[in-house]
Amino acid sequence: TPLQRMSPSTTWRLIYLQVFEARKEIRETGYYTAIKSVNPSRVFVVRKDQDIYIQTLRKLFNESHGIFIGLQRSEEELAGKSRKAQLVQVSKNYRSVIRACMEDMHQAASKFVSILSAMELIWNLCEILFVEAAAAGPLLLRLLDWVRLHVCDVDNMVREVLSSENPSKHELFWNVVDVFVLQGRMDEARHLLAKEASANPTSVNMYKTLDDLMKKMPVPSLGNTQTLTEMELKWQHWHEECQRYLQDGTFASNSHMESICKILLGDEDAILEKKELLATWYQFLVTRLLYSHPTVKPMELRFYAQSSMDLFLGGESSPEPLDTILMAAFEFEMHQVIKECSIALSNWWFVAHLTDLLDHCKLLQSHNLYFGSNMREFLLLEYASGLFSHHSLWQLGVDYFDHCPEYGRVYLELHIERIPLNTEQKALKVLRICEQRQMHEQVRSICKIMAMKALRNNRLGSALSWSIRAKDAAFATLISDRFLKDYCERGCFSDLDLIDNLGPSMLLSDRLTFLGKYREFHRLYGEKRFSEAAKLLLMLMTAHIAPCSFWMTLLTDALPLLEQKEVIFSAEQTYELMRCLEDLTAGKSDKQKFQDDDVETMKVEMLRLALARNLARVIVKEGTLEGS
Amino acid sequence: PRPDPTLHTTKTGGVIFVQDNRISIWSVGDLGNVGLNGEYQGEPQLLCDIRHNGDVMDMQFLDQERIVVASSTGTVTVFHHHQNNQTLSANQRWEKAHSHVDQDTSCGGAACTGVICNNPEIVTVGEDGRINLFRADQKDAVRTIDNADSSTLHAVTFLRTTEILTVNSIGQLKIWDLRQQRNEPSQIFSLTGDRVPLHCVDRHPNQQHVVATGGQDGMLSVWDIRQGTMPVSLLNAHEAEMWEVHFHPSNPDHLFTCSEDGSLWHWDTSTDVAEKPSFLHQGGRSTTYFSHNTINQSVVSAWLSNDPTKDRMEITNLIPNQTLSVNSLDILGPCLVYGTDAEAIYVNRQLFA
Repeated sequence: TPLQRMSPSTTWRLIYLQVFEARKEIRETGYYTAIKSVNPSRVFVVRKDQDIYIQTLRKLFNESHGIFIGLQRSEEELAGKSRKAQLVQVSKNYRSVIRACMEDMHQAASKFVSILSAMELIWNLCEILFVEAAAAGPLLLRLLDWVRLHVCDVDNMVREVLSSENPSKHELFWNVVDVFVLQGRMDEARHLLAKEASANPTSVNMYKTLDDLMKKMPVPSLGNTQTLTEMELKWQHWHEECQRYLQDGTFASNSHMESICKILLGDEDAILEKKELLATWYQFLVTRLLYSHPTVKPMELRFYAQSSMDLFLGGESSPEPLDTILMAAFEFEMHQVIKECSIALSNWWFVAHLTDLLDHCKLLQSHNLYFGSNMREFLLLEYASGLFSHHSLWQLGVDYFDHCPEYGRVYLELHIERIPLNTEQKALKVLRICEQRQMHEQVRSICKIMAMKALRNNRLGSALSWSIRAKDAAFATLISDRFLKDYCERGCFSDLDLIDNLGPSMLLSDRLTFLGKYREFHRLYGEKRFSEAAKLLLMLMTAHIAPCSFWMTLLTDALPLLEQKEVIFSAEQTYELMRCLEDLTAGKSDKQKFQDDDVETMKVEMLRLALARNLARVIVKEGTLEGS
Repeated sequence: PRPDPTLHTTKTGGVIFVQDNRISIWSVGDLGNVGLNGEYQGEPQLLCDIRHNGDVMDMQFLDQERIVVASSTGTVTVFHHHQNNQTLSANQRWEKAHSHVDQDTSCGGAACTGVICNNPEIVTVGEDGRINLFRADQKDAVRTIDNADSSTLHAVTFLRTTEILTVNSIGQLKIWDLRQQRNEPSQIFSLTGDRVPLHCVDRHPNQQHVVATGGQDGMLSVWDIRQGTMPVSLLNAHEAEMWEVHFHPSNPDHLFTCSEDGSLWHWDTSTDVAEKPSFLHQGGRSTTYFSHNTINQSVVSAWLSNDPTKDRMEITNLIPNQTLSVNSLDILGPCLVYGTDAEAIYVNRQLFA
């Protein structure tokens, strides 16, 4: 089927309806295509998957938009540590928005909760490895936090045991202790063990030893209190001590405690025995690192990650998309992470924002795709384009396009013209966006559409208002012609409130000016200010403000002024009028003169007569000396 | 759900927000119930909501329980908020209150752009240039002025109980006397210079001749409708359309405007700092605190003065990181509520702290 290349992340569902007389309304937004085949009308309606527009995701889009803008505007001059801290904060902000949405969605669809949860998991790991670029030492601590935050399968069990009356007698007691140990939560493990110790006075010594070992375990510190080498040394000593106790058989009588000791020693088999408690291979990885290589360097992670996954999955199950993504992150293959996420997740939100952040961390080389723009821009463009098919989220899309230096402008120009303008307020918002970006073509086009709509609905004032906004002289002329046509047909003006109050907008087009002035003439005449009216009337013709087609009407309007008792037009003015009349009649071809009906010829005759009479009177008047 | 009363008054509701074409009612807690630091604990709680057909262009409380909503489809609906079980229901509807006259040649619908209430009367205006006068519980319109304006009417407010003010998209402010039968405005005021469209209008709560309007260029105009046909002062304010302007109902030397440019400005002409009023009481009809005392007398000249720099006027932008348009705002006592195009609602409960 000749369908276009689909963006890999959007899922398309083909719905085909057997319609006999296809009279479905095609929505104007969205990507609808109807492919009619020759055979009995089968209409294929291709619809975009609607998951992007779920209610709660809107919160995600809106909040992240604010964070995105803040990041683009943030201080680029900050260097080194402060810039990194700033970027880490941005990353944390994004994550907190995801978590907030997870909480909102809790009641609703659990499918989306797990997607958001996966997103946060991946983002968090990327923050640790890429944005913060945690070094050996702090790296382990961060990974421990990461795992604790996200592996909550065991939380219920933990809660159950802790809240029971006699935890040490609970059947899952040792499971919980194991969980604490596996997650490196030493204090909590020791606390539980103490309860067991008090219940079994005979094994007090054993407990004391284990407790001591757990207490003394060296962990990397976040501050600068010890160097890595110091820590490694301490750890080596502690490791050997644990080894000694194990080999001495100190814990031989209690299998649980013995296995804990083995875990402390980083014994892989011992750890793997607790597979159900570990739940995931990355939990296994972190536990391994904690107890065998606490000073692991970032670049060493990939080896441990790969082996952890292999050991944990053991060839029974194959990696899922999430596993592939996390593995790519451990291997520091940023582009791979982004690519896998694009495929796995059904909307562009995640990859667009993450890539933008990584780009700000200056971590992405300009990875030129075949049409020349870089990865960050490509993803942002795709994301923003998706927003534009929504009736109100398109506003967010504008800002994203603004920050795509190569193609953003073009995309914006194309998209913004396709926003349905169902109210004037929406049109005004779109216009404002266009004006702020000097998109003059679009301004003109939108104003023309709105003006035309208004004109069709007989809202002449609205139509004029749109023409003024676009400074569209041609349309203003069109509107004025409408008014004048109305006047000629009905003999009076409609919408006087508009024409009487044109103000400086009158100058937008000659026709509009004429309309305003013509109306003024009528007003002056109504107020019996005849000489002013006369002057104005003449000026309309001599200054060529009036269109030629209207001159006859104007001259006819002059008749009552000519017929007044007192003389209004001066000789000079009368000559002008006569000239105008002659220009008008001379302009007509003989054929036209022949076609002119009696009314027309009579009008001309009357005018000539009136002008002549006026001339006669005025010559006498002007020739007469005053007071003599 | 907490038993906090909803924040609303008989005049304008501070707490109706529109979300994805729904009418929602939220509780933001007791006005007087602020903590030790004056900080409000907790977020606004959604009490109930109901679907709405079309965009919500404007809305107003008719009384303690009923809300009138203007839709982009041209329909005007009265919703009833049942406080006992926290539900909303559509009580009454005037379909096609606003539409283009000639249905055959008309191109698209006409939105209802503004609504104002003075129980039981409801006045609406729209893109069709029509003014409707409805009465709650009456099926048909009491009065309709077709083609009252050749351009779009953007907003309406009551001047007196029988007179209304409208603003339109060719920069005109018109007074209509509803007692008169003729379909002409009793007075027309225009902007000087370019006829920039006016989007909002509000009348001073105590000085009925003082009117403020906001325009498409973001300019705030103050008019004295007793005299002249032009604004008394023009104040360069926002960088884009001013969507709403509101005098503070009980302390009118404070004015608030919000705009497409994403800012919300607080205009403060109060001259005596020491006399800051206290607002720690319930809202409602209690506007008698500032009845004709000295504060208002000095204020009259402040709003109408030609030189705002002479009388001390403080202007503050209340939004630190502005991004998208602030479409609507409302104020009651010390509480300010506004909504933005980022689909967020903000509540500021210590306006005068």
